[in-house]
Amino acid sequence: MTATAEPEASDREVGKARLRKEDARLITGATRWTDNMQLTGMLHMALLRSPVAHARITAIDVTEAVKMPGVLMVLTGQDVAAEQGSLPCAWPITEDMLAPPAPSLAVDRVNFAGEAVALVVARSAAEAHDALAAIDVDYDDLPVVLDMERAVADDADLVHPDLGSNKSATWIFDSAEAGTGADVDQALADSEVVVERTFRQQRLIPAFMEPRSVVVDPSPDSVTMWSATQVPHILRWMLSAVLGIPEQQIRVIAPDVGGGFGGKLQVTPEEVLTLVVARRLGKPVKWTETRTESMLSAHHGRDQLQRITVGASRDGKVTGLKVDLLADMGAYLRLVTPGVPILGAFMFNAIYKFPAYRFTCTNVFTNKVPTDAYRGAGRPEATFAIERIMDELAAELGLDPMDLRERNWIKHDEFPFTTVAGLTYDSGHYEAATDRAKELFGYDALRREQSERRANGDPVQLGIGISTYTEMCGLAPSRVLGALRYAAGGWEHAALRMLPTGKVELITGTSPHGQGHVTAWSQIVADRLGVPFEDVEVLHGDTRVSHRGMDSYGSRSLAVGGVAVVLAADKVLAKARTVAAHLMEAGEGDVEFAAGKFTVRGTSTALSLGDVVVAAHVAHNLPDGMEPGLDAEATFDPDNFSYPHGTHLCATEVDTRTGAVKIRSYVCVDDVGKVVNPMIVEGQVHGGLAQGIAQALYEEAVHDEYGTLTTATLADYLLPSAVDLPHFTTDRTETPALSNPLGVKGVGEAGTIASTPAVVNSIVDALRHMGVDDVEMPCTPMRVWKAINRRGDAVPTTPGAGGGLGSVNVDDQAHARGGAE
Amino acid sequence: MIPAAFDYVAPTTVDEAVRALAAGGEDAKVMAGGQSLIPVLRMRLAAPTLVVDLSGLTELTGVHDDGDSLRIGAMTTHYEVQRDPLVREHAGLLRLATDTVADPQVRHRGTFGGSLAHADPAGDLLAPALALDAVMVCAGPSGTREVPAAEFFVDYFTTALAPDELLTHVKVPKLTGWGAHYEKFNRVAQAWSIVAVAAAVRVSGGRITAARVGLTNMASTPVRARAVEEALVGQEATAEAITAAATRAAEGADPPTDNNADAEYRSHLARVLTERAVTAAVSA
Amino acid sequence: MRITVTVDGVDYSDEVEPRTLLVHHLRERLGKTGTVVGCDTSNCGACTVHLDGHSVKSCAVLAVQADGREVTTVEGLAREGRLHPVQQAFHRNHALQCGFCTPGMIMQAIDLLADNPDPDEDEVRHGLEGNLCRCTGYQNIVRAVRDAARQMRPGAGPDAERVDEAKLVGRTPTHTGGGGE
Repeated sequence: MTATAEPEASDREVGKARLRKEDARLITGATRWTDNMQLTGMLHMALLRSPVAHARITAIDVTEAVKMPGVLMVLTGQDVAAEQGSLPCAWPITEDMLAPPAPSLAVDRVNFAGEAVALVVARSAAEAHDALAAIDVDYDDLPVVLDMERAVADDADLVHPDLGSNKSATWIFDSAEAGTGADVDQALADSEVVVERTFRQQRLIPAFMEPRSVVVDPSPDSVTMWSATQVPHILRWMLSAVLGIPEQQIRVIAPDVGGGFGGKLQVTPEEVLTLVVARRLGKPVKWTETRTESMLSAHHGRDQLQRITVGASRDGKVTGLKVDLLADMGAYLRLVTPGVPILGAFMFNAIYKFPAYRFTCTNVFTNKVPTDAYRGAGRPEATFAIERIMDELAAELGLDPMDLRERNWIKHDEFPFTTVAGLTYDSGHYEAATDRAKELFGYDALRREQSERRANGDPVQLGIGISTYTEMCGLAPSRVLGALRYAAGGWEHAALRMLPTGKVELITGTSPHGQGHVTAWSQIVADRLGVPFEDVEVLHGDTRVSHRGMDSYGSRSLAVGGVAVVLAADKVLAKARTVAAHLMEAGEGDVEFAAGKFTVRGTSTALSLGDVVVAAHVAHNLPDGMEPGLDAEATFDPDNFSYPHGTHLCATEVDTRTGAVKIRSYVCVDDVGKVVNPMIVEGQVHGGLAQGIAQALYEEAVHDEYGTLTTATLADYLLPSAVDLPHFTTDRTETPALSNPLGVKGVGEAGTIASTPAVVNSIVDALRHMGVDDVEMPCTPMRVWKAINRRGDAVPTTPGAGGGLGSVNVDDQAHARGGAE
Repeated sequence: MIPAAFDYVAPTTVDEAVRALAAGGEDAKVMAGGQSLIPVLRMRLAAPTLVVDLSGLTELTGVHDDGDSLRIGAMTTHYEVQRDPLVREHAGLLRLATDTVADPQVRHRGTFGGSLAHADPAGDLLAPALALDAVMVCAGPSGTREVPAAEFFVDYFTTALAPDELLTHVKVPKLTGWGAHYEKFNRVAQAWSIVAVAAAVRVSGGRITAARVGLTNMASTPVRARAVEEALVGQEATAEAITAAATRAAEGADPPTDNNADAEYRSHLARVLTERAVTAAVSA
Repeated sequence: MRITVTVDGVDYSDEVEPRTLLVHHLRERLGKTGTVVGCDTSNCGACTVHLDGHSVKSCAVLAVQADGREVTTVEGLAREGRLHPVQQAFHRNHALQCGFCTPGMIMQAIDLLADNPDPDEDEVRHGLEGNLCRCTGYQNIVRAVRDAARQMRPGAGPDAERVDEAKLVGRTPTHTGGGGE
């Protein structure tokens, strides 16, 4: 790396809580959401969706619909079958993985309720929706497959009869085979204590606030698509692959995007169909989903059954870990559907020194909405299971759960540490984060209060939940992703344009949708080049501007994309130094750079970077053979993941009479390495906590026995409001990552990954003396009450009888919120 | 999403409204604050051919003192009810329940009468209206009639209103000096009550001399917990007496089952929440 | 039907279908795309605007119902190039990430402060219960609203002169607006 002098600490941009550049348009309503686009002559597409989960389509009658006012086009799957291709799955996890064809518009069968079966294009969105009501579809019902355990039985009904099985693939990691540890069966057989549990990871809905929207402007030689997507680059590539349109003739723009959380990491049927109809009609077409469409058709997350077995010695040393998963794919394999549970394979062992490990995951088809990435993608599931069972093991051994963790975690002086799953954790300090968290939490005092409440038989019991998590993120190393059979790489790209006025344009391949890259990347560039923060403009999300990129997901943007920014800046400086030396008639070795200025050591000769930029731009006097200009670009592909970690502590009060759970305090101390903008990092943690806590307490996608999603509105799928979440106490320890020159780790998913088990552990901890050793998520008051009162855990799947919109296609009585007419 | 097309009238008098409703026939729909109806229209779960918007009926707004009772215009918004001094003094239970309805934006638009006429058993104003022995004043082509709350709520989303009738006012007998409490139990702030209990009690010399208890979402209509009321009256206002009375809360209820609660759990909640509501009302 | 609505200080006269929602009228006819649609059931609050000085969900109001009335959207808050104190506080406290809920949050926060100029944390949380955010976990939003309240306090400087729209509609601040209490 170039010998860049570091700016004085107080002048450094990196590490400063810079207010965000992005905010100006977001707080004034000057935003550019996809649905804001209005193009001359623009038409509107609406989709008719199947109300049934599994059926043959025997007839579709569109004769009335095509006659409706304003309607230009009505298409069924048959009409586009030859053109629409099959939606891509970029992660065939095994060579023999079963994958069904995935049409954007169902052709002769529907495999989940919500799958699109016909489309209308009309002059207005209202007219398009009016015409949907005039389309008549005949369905011949097929058996509905919903339960994963039943789906993998020998005589199961099949989601895709042509595939011959509901098992898409089975993926195994065995430490004995991999040479990373011992044989787990032997280890468990030899263990003094063995604890086995089955946990259910309920199905969640990402529920980004901005509904998805697509606008396509076709022209004979180039098509432009605006889409509310996290992945404009991947989308462009895949649209070309699916539809056979030359990639250079497709431009994808992700304008302002209102959240994603993995839910917009997708190549959607709607993107394909909007493109198809816009090209057929030769007119711009917009599709914007309703919230219910979003719930019924955008991919869901989680949904696993986890059987986990842990062995230990009586004195609390873990000896082996066995994990058997069933992972619900839903009806189709979307972009990275099969790989999501596999990302968890490397995380079940977590921060603990297991000598033996085996992970087996069977991916299962059901007649439900496809699953795919949702914040954390595979790692929250793994973290939940291991952190839950560590508490169960502690209870079995009669140890304080924190004590058990301390006996087994990797000590700070043992890094770098190669785990039983084969990853090398580069750095970490679990003791430091835990000490700080316990101090902020008042751990010992809360334990005392807990004993008092137990002794007094207080109807409100206190529980303490721990989660000492780590995660692998910064999804990169391309070679590792390749070894896991992922179809793409994981590098990231950045380019710097040095403008003649001394201002800077940075082009990044990341695609922010709320994370604040524009601000953070400006800080990095400002530090590196010694230019003012305000002088940096960050461009992203348009494949014509940012032509190379792998987009934003997997807490990768800073740890991969931010580092590419550093490398590009260093290339600019390296060339600038040569130019500066030439202009100052000094040897390059005598030229120093600090605070935006080149100087010749031991002299007063100086040239600002701006002067050098101009000189390189006008090219009047450059070293022989040097190309004009200082622009540079760089691509970064790290050789390891990054491993944030931390300790989360949650205290809940459980009303044993009603089952109501209230979070009394929540403390987390995260170590995400070096920090570019602490304000943004804290915000990411807050949001992550909110989603992880919501999984523990509130959210669940529920299907009834027919496969109808009964939580298809925000009145039924319970997102927490400000009233439903606690104040968070957050802090950080800082152990720099060794895998990148910034020393940064990812932060986007950490809060979500860590918090769910902390909450559930605290609830179980509050009730353990009453004989409770698990509460299924979400820990609703009824589930908690039933756990206390041994009522079993059957929970009805019917929508709200009074209150709730319920299953929207079925219940005419359904109504909206609040009884507040 | 966008509602299916409909015709729209905004009458300015009750007579005009009644005539419009009659002319609209079966597929006409009255809109009060619209906070439940408009989402239903958007989801196309209902597609009336005519919407009769009552928001121009200024004669139906406000709270009036009628001597022994308050007369509350059906179009009085929740926001107005929350802030009305007469309601505060004479119908505290109603104010407490109204505070829990939906959210501030919805309370600005949603109306007292609209909530009652919508007859969602999970709605928060039905049980208080029942417990307070409110009387519904209904206007139709043949004039007005009064229907006691106990006869007004017929079934899920079904009232005693004829298709050509409007709810114009609600008479709420004054319970001046009573203690009141509305104990609402839901999973998140935005969610409907899984169960809620409306309680009003009069305590004199440490003894409960009168009690009213209504239950939200414990049947297809709001339910009056008569057994609890009977068990309370005449008792010393002690924790023991209240607990004993509350065990009878679910008698006569027919609780529904849904994602959030089955019938057994709802019945249990009704007992616990009744105890809490009455306890709070006694000390209010 | 022909309606005339004053939006952010400008009168607009248009022919609309009765079924047109106010939010769609604002976005599609008047180009007021700062106000957004996040759901179908009026749960998310992203579409919150002020109708005659009170916050409403513009997805649960028909455009025809706004005839002759005054609508303020997030686009009408800044005056003479100066942001409203609540807008400033959202920026200063990092109360937004993706920003989709932000217009509704800001409009509801202003309404809340008109009713209760000095809310505690719990009152702010209840005052915003009709607005969903998926990014922030609400903590910085709560902080921003309380910060704005301090900035808007009488005597706090020029911003205090622009306290709220309550004065426009003669609203009396009370402390009962939190719902739930």
